[in-house]
Amino acid sequence: MINTVIYHIVTAVFALVMLYPLIWMVLGSFKDSNQILRDAASLFPDTFILDNYATGWRGFAGFTFGTFFKNSFIIAGISTIGAVISSAIVAYGFARCEFRLKGFWFGCMLVAMMLPFQMIMIPQYILFNKMGLVGSFLPIILPQWFGQGFFIFLNVQFIKGIPIELDDAATIDGCSIYGIFPRIILPLIKPSLVTSAIFSFMWRWDDFMAPLIYLNNPATYPVSYALKMFSDPTAGSDWGAMFAMATLSLIPIFIIFLTMQKYLVEGIASTGIKG
Amino acid sequence: MSDKKKKGPQRTVILRKREMTLAQKMNTQAVAGYVFVALFIIGFLSFMIIPMAMSFGFAFTRYNILSAPRFIGLENFKEMFTNDPVFWQSFKATMYYVVFSVPMRLIMALVIALLLVRKSKASGVYRALFYLPSIVGSSVAVAILWRRMFASDGVINSMLQAVGINCEIAWLGRTDTAIWTLIILAVWQFGSSMLIFLAGLKQIPVSLYEVADVEGANPFTRFFKITLPMLTPTIFFNLINQLINGFMAFTQSYIITQGRPRNSTLFYTVYMYQNSFTYNKMGYGCAMAWFMIVIVGALTLILFKSQNKWVYYES
Repeated sequence: MINTVIYHIVTAVFALVMLYPLIWMVLGSFKDSNQILRDAASLFPDTFILDNYATGWRGFAGFTFGTFFKNSFIIAGISTIGAVISSAIVAYGFARCEFRLKGFWFGCMLVAMMLPFQMIMIPQYILFNKMGLVGSFLPIILPQWFGQGFFIFLNVQFIKGIPIELDDAATIDGCSIYGIFPRIILPLIKPSLVTSAIFSFMWRWDDFMAPLIYLNNPATYPVSYALKMFSDPTAGSDWGAMFAMATLSLIPIFIIFLTMQKYLVEGIASTGIKG
Repeated sequence: MSDKKKKGPQRTVILRKREMTLAQKMNTQAVAGYVFVALFIIGFLSFMIIPMAMSFGFAFTRYNILSAPRFIGLENFKEMFTNDPVFWQSFKATMYYVVFSVPMRLIMALVIALLLVRKSKASGVYRALFYLPSIVGSSVAVAILWRRMFASDGVINSMLQAVGINCEIAWLGRTDTAIWTLIILAVWQFGSSMLIFLAGLKQIPVSLYEVADVEGANPFTRFFKITLPMLTPTIFFNLINQLINGFMAFTQSYIITQGRPRNSTLFYTVYMYQNSFTYNKMGYGCAMAWFMIVIVGALTLILFKSQNKWVYYES
């Protein structure tokens, strides 16, 4: 009994310490900027104000955060749709068809999964620059439409768990391989589609590097990149406004975390996806 | 008539064979497989293989993207190894970061996983709370927050003062502390490794612990003789993942410290980015990328080879 109490106290206190920075940031967004600087140890605002959100929202270079949020939703949204659909299609091929060099291509998929973006960003930039696409969303979105390693892997695992008898029954009823995928498989892999969608959206939303490389006009900045520009010392040291916009930028992630936790945990546990 | 009768069925057989070749061939797994996988193959070739090949070529050139690349042999690598102190500084900073942050993150993840594996009504809530930092940790928002927290008048110093330690360290301004703010940020994000450990822990057969109980094993023996060996595949998997992640870290260094002070936090990827996109030395950047691929590839290979020494797979 005492053990249990100690256990809960230790765990809860430690969890609180872990989350303290985030709580401090969220509450800081309601503080006067002076209070953030002068009295850093205090957690709660002296006076609860919303001004930071108003000043922060104004953004910079003539664009409000409305523009940046819109850009983020476009980039993350279209990328996610592409990644989910393409990964499911590719996964079906790997999971249910026997074809020549299948092992080789599956190996390539694992390599693609492990190879970090940083290692190919320079030639990829040169390539997209030659195509005249730098400055648009396409260099960020386009590669997502050709299947993403982690999501392919996740879907393959999931499809392999579906009894092959369902496919056989559909074949006897005259369904082709191309018919089995949308009619039988797709409705059954909803959980892995949802998991892929969640991770894809969160990664694209947080992504800072690709926008940093490919975008050069404030009108096209997503929130992540805009936040960095907004926080540059030259843009001012209004920490209240920065915390307000930083908090806003995390809200979509928080919402996903609160509503989709089951999928997140299972996605990580079953594939070792990086969070 | 009799001729027609003989020819009739023969002709239909041939016809049907032709008709079926098209429709049926498409419906064989050998073809359909490729139809489904085609997207990946196209993407893999055009966004991975071709860029990798290009990068390999550019590594031996001087290339500023505006004019055509000029072949200079091994000049980039010579410059890197013998004539660029910043290159070695960035390599050292990254190594330091990886050597400390990866083991610390994994140990933290394992300790908390062991704490949470115990069944309790609140464990779901705890799991979520510990996982939250790793979801938001790589965002720009948290990078900005970190910069404020570790400022000399930031929350870390204020807290230390509140508990009686008179601390006015400029964490971000000293070569010996700045990198640790980044390491702490990395360790803070132990959540996803923790979830993988939790999944691994739940797969250890309860019967093993029952036998240990019968033989009167103490908690330490249980941990070192059962839990740890059974968990080595999970540790191995986490280690490889985190190692690659660690070497590729970018945003933290780029936003929180900008490499300062005196390049002590200049990560390899940041210096590579600066060379390629700020100084327009694309050839040099490609050479740097290939050096990193070789280093990480070699480390991964060594780890894979070392598996049979320490990773326990149940047959």
